[in-house]
Amino acid sequence: MTRTAEPTRAARSWYRLPRAVHPAAWWLWALGMAVAAGRTTNPVLLAMVLAVVAFVVVNRRGDAPWAFAFRLYAYLGLVIVVMRVLFRILLGGPQGEHVLVVLPEIPLPDVAAGIQLLGPFTLEELLGGFYDGLRLATMLICVGAANALANPKRMLKSLPAALYEVGAAVVVALSVAPQLAESVLRVRRARRLRGGGQRGMRALRGIVIPVLSDAMDRSLALAAAMDVRGYGRSGDAPPALRRATGALVVVGLLGVCVGVYGLMDGTTRTLGAPLLLAGLALAGTGFLLGGRTVAKSSYRPDRWRVVDVAVAACGVTAAAVLYLTSSVDAANLYPSLSPLRWPQLAALPACGVLIGLLPAWIAPPPPSTAEVPR
Amino acid sequence: MIEFHDVTVTYPGADRATLSTVDLTVDEGELCLVAGRTGAGKSTLLGAVNGLVPHFTGGRLAGRVVVAGLDTREHRPRDFAAVVGVVGQDPLAGFVTDTVEEELAYVMEQLAVPPDVMRKRVEETLDLLGIAELRNRPLRTLSGGQQQRVAIGSVLTAHPRVLVLDEPTSALDPTAAEDVLAAITRLVHDLGVTVLVAEHRMERVAHFADRMLYLVGDGSVLSGTPREVMAVSEIAPPVVELGRLAGWSPLPLSVRDARRVAHGLRERLAGLTRPPTPPGTGAPVLTARGIVVRYGALVAVRGLDLDLHPGRVVAVMGRNGSGKSSLLWALQGSGPRQAGTVDVGGVDPAKLKSRAARGLVGLVPQTPTDLLYLDTVAAECAQADQESESAPGTCRALLDRLAPGIPDDRHPRDLSEGQRLALVLAVQLAAAPRIVLLDEPTRGLDYGAKRHLASILAELSADGHAVVVSTHDVEFVADIADRVVVLAEGEVVADGPTADVVVSSPAFAPQVAKVLHPLEWLTVAEVARALEAAP
Repeated sequence: MTRTAEPTRAARSWYRLPRAVHPAAWWLWALGMAVAAGRTTNPVLLAMVLAVVAFVVVNRRGDAPWAFAFRLYAYLGLVIVVMRVLFRILLGGPQGEHVLVVLPEIPLPDVAAGIQLLGPFTLEELLGGFYDGLRLATMLICVGAANALANPKRMLKSLPAALYEVGAAVVVALSVAPQLAESVLRVRRARRLRGGGQRGMRALRGIVIPVLSDAMDRSLALAAAMDVRGYGRSGDAPPALRRATGALVVVGLLGVCVGVYGLMDGTTRTLGAPLLLAGLALAGTGFLLGGRTVAKSSYRPDRWRVVDVAVAACGVTAAAVLYLTSSVDAANLYPSLSPLRWPQLAALPACGVLIGLLPAWIAPPPPSTAEVPR
Repeated sequence: MIEFHDVTVTYPGADRATLSTVDLTVDEGELCLVAGRTGAGKSTLLGAVNGLVPHFTGGRLAGRVVVAGLDTREHRPRDFAAVVGVVGQDPLAGFVTDTVEEELAYVMEQLAVPPDVMRKRVEETLDLLGIAELRNRPLRTLSGGQQQRVAIGSVLTAHPRVLVLDEPTSALDPTAAEDVLAAITRLVHDLGVTVLVAEHRMERVAHFADRMLYLVGDGSVLSGTPREVMAVSEIAPPVVELGRLAGWSPLPLSVRDARRVAHGLRERLAGLTRPPTPPGTGAPVLTARGIVVRYGALVAVRGLDLDLHPGRVVAVMGRNGSGKSSLLWALQGSGPRQAGTVDVGGVDPAKLKSRAARGLVGLVPQTPTDLLYLDTVAAECAQADQESESAPGTCRALLDRLAPGIPDDRHPRDLSEGQRLALVLAVQLAAAPRIVLLDEPTRGLDYGAKRHLASILAELSADGHAVVVSTHDVEFVADIADRVVVLAEGEVVADGPTADVVVSSPAFAPQVAKVLHPLEWLTVAEVARALEAAP
């Protein structure tokens, strides 16, 4: 090994080499953006979040199949917005004064008093539905971005050792699902060869039985293959310890869920942070206990390097900035509907969202999985 | 390295032991061929090596199996992971991860091999098996031969001292099979790994093997050099049968050995003529023109023309993925077809209801069990009669002709591969189609079952059926086909009488043709008949 004369330049070019960013870093970044989106209904800010997320995804996604799932999430987001608005039209109460169209109202019995089917439709209702839907859609698209940027299976690999068994089960399930779909298609096609003219239960039986027997054979073969390749060699912890570990992890994670809800909800300040911390501590103890009994190594584990921490930090910062703004200057985050006003854009939250854009440049480009041209 | 002491294996409900009082030793660094009819206990023998039998499969094992000093009574299969590597018939079924590199690393992760060692071993194994350029590829996108080499690599990274392979080439085309076998012999020669390999098509392995274990069928095992065992075994590759016919001693095991002693036979046969293939009889019963099958950007069949004549057997050959299956499905009418015409007596089967289409063209798919879903053979037959609107008992009568002696109350899953194939064929023939298509019917069949299938196909064609068989098995093709069509990338690269197409091809020539080249003889049976008829 020779050290180059210009360490900084060498370090820089090494740092630019294509490699996969730690999947958890992408998830933290994406969840941070989702939390930021969750703190506002301001369409300008939400549009900025969407633009930021889409830009990063387009710049830093690989060429693997899951990377193209982002488009699906975008369509799903669109569906959510449209559904929200449609439901407002259908069920919206008499809100606001800027009537757009007057639809014939469908009279309901007295029992359903307070619910109005159709009737006059106002601009306030339209905007209310649109803002709400957009917020939900943006959060969903942020999750989609995480899915597109991080290999979901590598994410499972970097789980703590105590969760190894769970991770292995999920990985196997993920690989078996497409096989099952494949065998359904194959058997359905084969049924046509026999001129399967039956309908209903009989036809179903003709498909389900071969598919299930195929799935049984496959799972037995897979179990045998895993066994002969050493799976489960080291899962010999005493049962008491295993149960204690499980209980700690489950209770801890429940605490984390409630804590996160408390934090994001913002109405119960006392519930959030303490529960989150206690949950983290419990789950952490469980992981440490469980991890000690697992003797396994990991092939090319993902490491946390400075860049990966920075990527995660960008998302967390964006969330923190919007979280802080909501307690300082809430008006800009939730544009008023009555009286109707144009949404305003304040500098602070906008800067917060823009911080989320940084990973498009600081993260190294993704490696190519295509064959190396020779 | 591997010792069986007085081993008897009995499965619950079986009326006799699958292996009985087997005593054998396989030394370190040997390549050992395991042969025997289907159901003779090959898989049981192989499974016993690392304790899968009986730990995983159930059953009772008496006696002792010791591998590299470890007794399977005291160690579970997972404890053998570092000692014995096992590769099955269908590599895809055994894959645990989804890319090549991760698959290679899996076993080492379980063994807690340090990361730097792991990295080094993965690179070495990629090179050893010639799969370095596939390292990042998803496993499902690889070809069969590549998958099988990855499967071998995925156990090699643990540096096992014994490698057990259960019919590693049964799903592969001849060239891919050669690749896999070449990789295996390289392991034996370069690394001194002890290899146990079961293989139906013994002609591929017999001449590499140091030892042969022949499972007679009554639970006993014959162990010896391939030459000793071949002399007495009931099943033998064509080159050995030719040797027996010509009375050569010692028996040749490879084409090379046989050619060196075949002068006399070639001279005797030079004066005789091979029975000419009968010309195509009558007008074609199926005319296909310009068939195109594509799946998105992938073109499986590229504007292909084909005529099928009654009373003829056509073999379709070609690499895995060359479009054989897509062609058969398109001809039957159930599969996709983007362009072209299929004409069966003025009708296009794709335009008919599936029930009417199967009356014109019957197809037995690659996994015949996909068609079976009832619990007894009798129920399947009755259902087939009802579906095809033929007289009750038609299917059962056909089945009795194809494979006599299958009890009515047997569950289709308990039949042997050959019997199951016969049942599905009977189900399809119940609709009385004049054209019968079989997609890789020889997969997993032993010599006996293949011979039986050959006689079934001969009978069908004698009845005036047009038969199409897609297969990788060159010996089977030599035996049954009147005409061979070779596909590559969805196009026809060769089409003609069997002898013309296969004799000149290094990949598709049967052993007899290679031995007797330049004479155009294809099978031992042909040679035997000609010699008998000659004065």
